[in-house]
Amino acid sequence: MEKTVNQKAWFLVLPVLVIVAFSAIVPLMTVVNYSVNDTFGNNQFFWVGLEWFEEMVTSERLHDALGRQILFSAIILAIEVPLGIFIALNMPKKGFWGSVVLVLMALPLLIPFNVVGTIWQIFGRVDIGLLGHTLAAFGIDYNYTNDPLDAWITVIVMDVWHWTSLVALLAYAGLQSIPQAYYQAARIDQATRWAIFRYIELPKMQGVLLIAILLRFMDSFMIYTEPFVVTGGGPGNSTTFLSIDLVKMAVGQFDLGPAAAFSIMYFLVILLVSWVFYTVMTNLDREEAR
Amino acid sequence: MRLKSSPVVMTLYLLFLLVPIYWLVNMSLKTNTEITSSFTLIPNDLTFRNYLVILTDPSWYMGYVNSIIYVVMNTVISITVALPAAYAFSRYSFMGDKHLFFWLLTNRMAPPAVFALPFFQLYSSVGLFDTHIAVALAHCLFNVPLAVWILEGFMRGVPKEIDETAYIDGYSFPRFFVKIFMPLIASGIGVAAFFCFMFSWVELLLSRTLTSVNAKPIAATMTRTVSASGMDWGVLAAAGVLTIVPGALVIYFVRNYIAKGFALGRV
Repeated sequence: MEKTVNQKAWFLVLPVLVIVAFSAIVPLMTVVNYSVNDTFGNNQFFWVGLEWFEEMVTSERLHDALGRQILFSAIILAIEVPLGIFIALNMPKKGFWGSVVLVLMALPLLIPFNVVGTIWQIFGRVDIGLLGHTLAAFGIDYNYTNDPLDAWITVIVMDVWHWTSLVALLAYAGLQSIPQAYYQAARIDQATRWAIFRYIELPKMQGVLLIAILLRFMDSFMIYTEPFVVTGGGPGNSTTFLSIDLVKMAVGQFDLGPAAAFSIMYFLVILLVSWVFYTVMTNLDREEAR
Repeated sequence: MRLKSSPVVMTLYLLFLLVPIYWLVNMSLKTNTEITSSFTLIPNDLTFRNYLVILTDPSWYMGYVNSIIYVVMNTVISITVALPAAYAFSRYSFMGDKHLFFWLLTNRMAPPAVFALPFFQLYSSVGLFDTHIAVALAHCLFNVPLAVWILEGFMRGVPKEIDETAYIDGYSFPRFFVKIFMPLIASGIGVAAFFCFMFSWVELLLSRTLTSVNAKPIAATMTRTVSASGMDWGVLAAAGVLTIVPGALVIYFVRNYIAKGFALGRV
């Protein structure tokens, strides 16, 4: 749609600007302030410059948390995106069952994050959980509170359980927009199932898949509540991801300076990735409009 | 005619989704002795005590009331400010519009953990700590951008000719917006409201940081059972089941727009 140039439109945007500025810019400035100061309480601040940033960049603890975070995000993307597409291809198209499946699939997405954690915490327990109990009955030594590998598996399965439906729903929406004529043409050409997927369905899903990957990457990169409830970051530090580490540092130990420096770098990474996705996304939009 | 879908795959996937939820419901209907001492797939000794505990104890059910209050406040604020902004983004181009739109997106992507501590200090210093409005405003951080994106997606689908015709007919902007435009995107407003409601409802980190007693959300109340003498598994499970109910109730109405909502209006 052609848009008219109208500078007065700023007045319509103003309320959003004010409210988001209050809840985003003001706190962010506080963080910036902390990141360059040291404090001993009583609101007395000492200028320390970039000291905290240097400390954080070289911090072993941060590197470990970052490594775990990247590994976690990579694993869940590698599982959820293909699985989500696969599920979307198998979803019933219309009618009563279509609605039932949609509603059931969306259910995990609407559960409060800490309840998701609670569900899996209970489900995985060897003494009272169905999963833990069943595994134990098969003689598998599974205990997510002691074994780092089991803790990782639990957290990943939980995330797959929680969010695969999101990828599937988005891919499904993309599939719905493919005109019947494409499939008919493919049938006349006697295209194989794989060729249809590769040359018709995948290109048509490109836009929504990009959003799905963006959302899953972002949300997994700042995951806090679910693993915190299930494992509390343990055993040891094995499931301490960036947000968990940050909250530990800021609220637990009250190391405001390092935590603030950490926050800013964390935020910059997210900003960079968002920008890359946004650019690709708007370019895609433009191509489609043409 | 799409290619044939396999009911087997769907059945397996739905089982995977529903079994953990079933286990929670199952536990919420058992007594604590049955939970810890025996292992049963269906409750032997069906009891509603766990739900009664929650529905009769103010420290429990006030958690739900608090959550609902700030969630509703947040939804109303978000939609009210997002409507005109989304209209501006969908109809006009103005200085800095692309940058502003991107900046809004970054707020949806900002980790709440980064904001937890500054929020705590900001709201403490203005005397809003432990009030519902504090949580409602804090959740605007990610819900206002979300609402703007979703509404803009819906508004783009309304032809511009409608606006122009209305102006020629002598409608003023506010009257046109409320009388003609809003009914046209009613489903969009519904979807945006649902997503604001939902994201505010599921969030824990900020709502827990900003409250202590008076506005404590149910999600934070749930951690209470851990510190009690032993673990009250039954009540914890019942509280969990009750937090799923609101989402499960309204999801039916937005089922055809779920993807659009999650995709920030970009489907």
